[in-house]
Amino acid sequence: MENETLTDIHSAADIVTARQRGRALALELGFSGGDVTLIAAAISEVARNIVDHAKQGRIVMRRINEKGDPGIQIIATDEGPGIPDVAQAMQYGYSTRKGLGVGLPGAKWLMDEFDIVSRVGRGTTVIMKKWLS
Amino acid sequence: MLQVPILKQGGYLIASIQSVLSDADLLQLRDNLAARVGEFRSRGVIIDVTVLDVIDSFATRMLRAIAHMLKLRGAETVIVGIQPDVAFAMVQLGLTLEGVGTALDLEEGLAYLNSRTKQTPGHGK
Repeated sequence: MENETLTDIHSAADIVTARQRGRALALELGFSGGDVTLIAAAISEVARNIVDHAKQGRIVMRRINEKGDPGIQIIATDEGPGIPDVAQAMQYGYSTRKGLGVGLPGAKWLMDEFDIVSRVGRGTTVIMKKWLS
Repeated sequence: MLQVPILKQGGYLIASIQSVLSDADLLQLRDNLAARVGEFRSRGVIIDVTVLDVIDSFATRMLRAIAHMLKLRGAETVIVGIQPDVAFAMVQLGLTLEGVGTALDLEEGLAYLNSRTKQTPGHGK
């Protein structure tokens, strides 16, 4: 079984690929059907964020194990324009451009852990985790 | 290739989503349905999303846009077959299909359209 997959995100079609790989990995790790769907939805939202705001980036998904707690980690990285006000971007319903403004805050709700680091002109990295139990 | 086949059933159209949908597929579905509603003078449209494993913010926005657009074209839309896990994820994401008809399955969807369009089943065959 693969422990890590990397998906390049260049277009909307890659969102589907990332989602399917995440789904497959989550299933392999033993997540329930409900959790697999939540993980796939979260991947969909962070991947869409890359396409909408940075045009391209990548998503790395891997199994993790912290102090005997197995889980999945998803890292979405881009070298796009960055987010000037992360706190504002994480407010539900806040959207700079198209969209409902639910993507990133929504993904945060779906996962157990969610961190975002963004630098204007450098890009954005989202790290999120979900534990098996 | 038509990613989502659109069947004519009486005065209604049934769009059965067959596989995971890309954004482009959803846009194409929107355009095809808008055209077919005019072509067949349909009063109701059922979009069957039973096979969708995820309905994310974009898909929600598109489904809502399709329903509202078809309404302007004179047709009622009902989304059928949202799976329990998918519905749960949508709730977690805060996504709603407000103003859009939903029903459990195809049968309920037809009943919904019959009640909304006051049309006898089979009319327009």
